[in-house]
Amino acid sequence: MESGVSDEIGFDVHAVRQDFPILGTQVHGKPLVYLDSAATSQKPQAIIDSLVDYYTRYNANVHRGIYTLSEQATAAYENARTKIARFINAPSPECIIFTRNTTEAINLVRYTWGTENVRSDDEILISEMEHHSNLVPWQLLAQEQGAELRFLRVNNEGRLMLDGLDVLITEKTRLVAVTHVSNVLGTINPVKGIIKKAHKYGALVLLDAAQSVPHMPVDVQELDCDFLAFSGHKMMGPTGVGVLYAKPHLLEAMPPFMGGGSMIRQVMLTESTWADVPQKFEAGTPNIADVIALGAAVDYLNDLGMANVREHEIQITQYALDQMREVSGIKLFGPWEIQIRAGVVSFVLDGVHPHDIAQILDSEAVAVRAGHHCCQPLMRRFNVPATARASFYAYTTEEEIDALVEGIHKAQRVFGHAIERSV
Amino acid sequence: MQLNDLYKDIILDHYQSPHNRGRPPQADIEAEGSNPLCGDEVEIYVLLDGERLQEVRFDGVGCAISLAAASMMSEVLEGKSKEEVGNIGELFKAMMHGEDVILPEEMEDLESLKGVAKFPLRVKCALLPWTTLEHGLANEDAGHRVSIEVD
Repeated sequence: MESGVSDEIGFDVHAVRQDFPILGTQVHGKPLVYLDSAATSQKPQAIIDSLVDYYTRYNANVHRGIYTLSEQATAAYENARTKIARFINAPSPECIIFTRNTTEAINLVRYTWGTENVRSDDEILISEMEHHSNLVPWQLLAQEQGAELRFLRVNNEGRLMLDGLDVLITEKTRLVAVTHVSNVLGTINPVKGIIKKAHKYGALVLLDAAQSVPHMPVDVQELDCDFLAFSGHKMMGPTGVGVLYAKPHLLEAMPPFMGGGSMIRQVMLTESTWADVPQKFEAGTPNIADVIALGAAVDYLNDLGMANVREHEIQITQYALDQMREVSGIKLFGPWEIQIRAGVVSFVLDGVHPHDIAQILDSEAVAVRAGHHCCQPLMRRFNVPATARASFYAYTTEEEIDALVEGIHKAQRVFGHAIERSV
Repeated sequence: MQLNDLYKDIILDHYQSPHNRGRPPQADIEAEGSNPLCGDEVEIYVLLDGERLQEVRFDGVGCAISLAAASMMSEVLEGKSKEEVGNIGELFKAMMHGEDVILPEEMEDLESLKGVAKFPLRVKCALLPWTTLEHGLANEDAGHRVSIEVD
């Protein structure tokens, strides 16, 4: 890539960091180096303020009261839906269903569209790199309906082996459920081509966008995906709110998810009729405060500019890969081509278990994840019990990458680098 | 935070040069224990001589703490009666839960794991081989390998 791209970034990372109170704190007397944004992101002050503002000024239930506070709360709640629809270029706010998280959004599809449309001998195609949240629901559905699960495999570089697609997608394929970006490998999958092919065979496509929507521009109409799921807490919003996007005609046809208040039109003793989309899928009092705060997070991300966020992450990830590959005895996972690589770097070290790496990094206030990252089949694919994983966001700096690399050297010193790996 | 409390030289020695590691040709008790949350897996093999543990061996994959704990355990339990094994196991558990215990003199290696109690997330690592062995002894008559999951 041409040098000098950095000059074109629309924001100054050090200024961005000022918006995040937690990034100025210390751990064990050392400045926090937070490199676990793929697990959950940190929150800017504007999101924290949004929560306090709601509970301080206009806390009331939505879609009910005739009084001012309830009207304010309802307007803010629905306004957040509109903001999120625009953020992913959904055709209308009604295509946005609020859930607890990505997992619940995927399970909503499994229990509604899935039970009505997947039958015995049908096929569901997923990939070997799925997070358990986009694997286990489909295992359950396949078992329940007598359908078959098929798998797109992953090559050594951490890319989907798409040459198998022609064999794997058939007339029997009802659904292709695939991650947009791998939470372990950082691979950005070429989902547009997969969607095209799936549609040719009449299959629908669900994208797990938990690692893409927070980090890059995502346009659901351009992708033409049928379902898309993501979580608020990974995109600077609060925990407890996730989003399911689905094409309008699918939502119209889908049966309700959970029964209860808000999702009904008329209730008789033995039967009921359903509210319109999206209320049909949002039973009970929703997570009002967190939905509104997620709207604030979308405002914040729009101010940064998603193209700028992606550009920053390309640079920081390239820097991380360049620095980390110099460490002797390290193995990095995932593609080298930065254009198909998100800000996630999983690694293992000779002779130091990932948990011990994470423990020693913690002593330097460097927060990384160690474990299977909810991807046990992928760990088996790469023949490792676990990896350490550093993941980045709009607030990650080169200095933080340097601290990570320093910490890795410290782990090697603690474990006596020269000693042969014990077998 | 004192990293030295966790990664003492003696622990790293056991991790890098483990004692009694590897599956024996035959064993009276075979037990595998795993922590699916972190991916640690340890196998414990016991050769019995009546009521005594003639030999304890282990294998598996895991972090420094779980593998060092397995190596130390295999050493200190060699030749002990089942009753003694139970008592030592209780002492070790108490130590991992932060209690001030006095271990028999020849078990000073075990004492080195005392610092693990200060790292609550790692206590399960140190206990994994002990829990696995306990499970194996409790199912001595199973006649096959038994397994247990902990978290």
